Amino acid sequence: MNNPQLNARGELQHLLSVEGLPRETLLHILATADSFVGLTDRDVKKVPLLRGKSVFNLFFENSTRTRTTFEIAAKRLSADVINLNINTSSTSKGESLLDTVDNLSAMHADMFIVRHASSGAPYQIARHVTPHPHLHVVNAGDGRHAHPTQGLLDLYTIRHYKKEFSQLSVAVIGDVLHSRVARSLIHGLTTLGVPDVRVIGPKTLLPAGVEQLGVKVFHDMNKGMAGVDVVAMLRLQNERMNGPLLPSAQEFFKSYGLTPEKLALAKPDAIVMHPGPMNRGVEIDSAVADGPSSVILPQVTFGIAVRMAVMSILAGN
Amino acid sequence: MIAHMTTLPDAEKLYAELLRQVRPQVTPDTGVIGIMTGGAWLAERLHRELGIQQPLGVLDISFYRDDFDQTGLSRNVKPSQVPFDVQGRHVLLVDDVLHTGRTVRAAMNELFDYGRPGKIELAVLVDRGGRELPIAAQYRGGEFAVPNEHVLVLDRGDTGNFTLTLSDRHRERK
Amino acid sequence: MKIHIKNGRVVDPRSGTDAIQDVYVAAGRVVAVGTAGAAPADFKAQRTIDATGLVVAPGLVDLSARLREPGFEYKATLETEMHAAVAGGVTSLVCPPDTDPPLDEPGLVEMLKYRARSLNLAHVHPLGAMTVQLAGKRLTEMVLLQEAGCVAFSQADALMADTQVLWRALQYASTFGFAVWLRPQDGFLAKDGVAHDGQVATRLGLAGIPASAEIIALTTILQLVRDTGARVHLQRLSTARGVELVRLAKAEGLPVSCDVSAHHAHLSEMDIGYFDPHCHLVPPLRSDRDRAALRQGLADGTIDALCSDHAPVDEDAKQLPFSESEPGATGLELLLPLALKWGTEMKLPLARVLATVTNNPARIIGNGVGTQAGVLAAGETADLCIFDANTMQRISAGTLKSQGKNTPFLGYELPGKVRYTLVGGLVVYEG
Repeated sequence: MNNPQLNARGELQHLLSVEGLPRETLLHILATADSFVGLTDRDVKKVPLLRGKSVFNLFFENSTRTRTTFEIAAKRLSADVINLNINTSSTSKGESLLDTVDNLSAMHADMFIVRHASSGAPYQIARHVTPHPHLHVVNAGDGRHAHPTQGLLDLYTIRHYKKEFSQLSVAVIGDVLHSRVARSLIHGLTTLGVPDVRVIGPKTLLPAGVEQLGVKVFHDMNKGMAGVDVVAMLRLQNERMNGPLLPSAQEFFKSYGLTPEKLALAKPDAIVMHPGPMNRGVEIDSAVADGPSSVILPQVTFGIAVRMAVMSILAGN
Repeated sequence: MIAHMTTLPDAEKLYAELLRQVRPQVTPDTGVIGIMTGGAWLAERLHRELGIQQPLGVLDISFYRDDFDQTGLSRNVKPSQVPFDVQGRHVLLVDDVLHTGRTVRAAMNELFDYGRPGKIELAVLVDRGGRELPIAAQYRGGEFAVPNEHVLVLDRGDTGNFTLTLSDRHRERK
Repeated sequence: MKIHIKNGRVVDPRSGTDAIQDVYVAAGRVVAVGTAGAAPADFKAQRTIDATGLVVAPGLVDLSARLREPGFEYKATLETEMHAAVAGGVTSLVCPPDTDPPLDEPGLVEMLKYRARSLNLAHVHPLGAMTVQLAGKRLTEMVLLQEAGCVAFSQADALMADTQVLWRALQYASTFGFAVWLRPQDGFLAKDGVAHDGQVATRLGLAGIPASAEIIALTTILQLVRDTGARVHLQRLSTARGVELVRLAKAEGLPVSCDVSAHHAHLSEMDIGYFDPHCHLVPPLRSDRDRAALRQGLADGTIDALCSDHAPVDEDAKQLPFSESEPGATGLELLLPLALKWGTEMKLPLARVLATVTNNPARIIGNGVGTQAGVLAAGETADLCIFDANTMQRISAGTLKSQGKNTPFLGYELPGKVRYTLVGGLVVYEG
């Protein structure tokens, strides 16, 4: 089966998932992002690389935060950015997604940044735009499946603080079942040779056979935290907090919330990441979120550079 | 490598000439900036031997190239670093080989995104001709005409000595 | 019309016949099978079909084919799907009651039977809805529906959450000797799920349907069969454990039979690949291990029949992200090729392979139907399928007669090409 992310020359045509990307491609994206991180110190924070190119933010699922980061990244590359928030609930039948794509392709779009509530939607768009080889699709989060730029910025953050991947222990904690962030990060870590990737959570929030992703499963957070270098917290969506998956946010916090006491079990120089927005007091204690181990705000800064790297590599292929 | 290699000028001699031309024109406050990769090596040596006080700057002009649509992004982009204030300063831009002038155009555009320099001068080891833009070097180690299809490259040996080599194919950009 | 089918490889799964013979058809029936001299004295063929190199077999009997009428004519119509059936060599098919409105009133069943009869193609045997509107609450008028032509009763894929209603429905049906066809799936465990709860769903982030959804429903149904004595046909098994439970139930002597869809006999969750909506099926494609058990179960007779589970879906409904796309695949024209492919891979004799798509499913439809389908013998109705078993065909949207072009097998090279289909002694398809 052809990897729909790569073109005939094996170059990145679309960024749909971290899974299936060669190690060299991941490292190339991270290395390119290095060059964009420094731009923020300059008088003019943009480069003319994508001048004249049109980047469409196609958000079928609302997310002001993610859309903004892509918008900033595209604008710093001098692209023209067009934001489209498409309410899927207002369209009853199926044509809307691909009709929208056809319309925008006819307007000579160069790149689609796609956010969708259904796993796999960006793949469908990528398949659909095959007749336009200059058109690139970036997955900005699809259902529970993948959020590759978030995974890449997590990898960038880890590399920034830890330099090497080959000796690390990384714990991914919380609602792995519904998390596209977790899937993208786990694939990235295993591809880059991190020897010890752990997931920590209750059985109700871990997908079937999660071990097959190359992770060790812990249900006891105290055991899972022991000696880790990186703590990657996941967001717990409100709608999962009371129901068949969990009895309450309070009880989740008691078992799986990141407190200073639990963080003390990790290595002394461990870093704490979170994709945001945080639920303080549900998955993370404020003392940790705002504490010295937290790299949550640098993640946001690196996120812009990583997205610029992805867009500039794609636009050049 | 091709036959005329034997007739290539000695890079160390060109460097000595360039150093001789530049020395009286700079002050310890001049900003020296090399264009990666060859220009950066050259700038590093000039910076040291001229006793410049401002830290050395380097530019990777990948984001400013005018052939992005044809060749895409370079596989080895390195961060540009200009660790001094460009505003109003005399800047000496350094590159190894001056050919079409497009690289210098890109470098000047990038430089202006750091601020408005008082004056930019260009120092190159060798001018091979073939200009496609109205750009000239104020300081040149030498001139050496090379047919368009060849690529002239600066190399730096283990001891830091410079050599020039000529290859008969365009340098792979990706 | 008198037809002489000459020199074909005649395969009759019921008797086990597999020999080069001639078949003589007159007045809608097979009048003789045998060597050239077997023709009745007064037989003068009006048409001779040279079947040299071809297999002459009973017409296929498909236990699950949605014709989409009434209610879903934008997906397919009776005309298109009946032409697809005979192009696939299918001469009898059972259609589930999940039309719009559902087949819960005798008038609807009579209309469907009438429309199908007037087309004069394959025989259509409707399943009646077991509950009004398939809502799982109130029983339908099963006696009247049976008189109108329903061969059994079913909930199709509709949720049957209330086990009390299921229990009563089985009691009531068995009172009159009616069979009930059920697809075992626990609606609560399957809720919101779109793929097997296994490694692929985990990787792709698709909501899972655990194997337990089938196993629990099956366990419930088998206990109610034990309790009521109802004849139950279990539709479209998908799990290894499910096959095991049916094996035990049959050994116990429970009056159950079961089928598997041709898709599940060949595909697994791995075939979803990068979110191929054509592999969005009900029940979900499960693990490789499950698929191996289904193939083995079909070979050893635990699973009685292979069905197409034909479900034509309009293009728009498949042009959606995996979980939003409408499940189902077109299958009438793929049943024979997929049966042959399975048989070859399992190294089974042709008569044994064809039994799963002819005689076995015909027995499940039952004697109430009147004619005995799925048999090729003197005196029986001449519903025949004459095909070339060796020709490979590339499956493409252009070659499919069904209005639904949705199949995971697009682009596959599959064995078997139907050359003639006869229904009631008339040639209704020539390919």
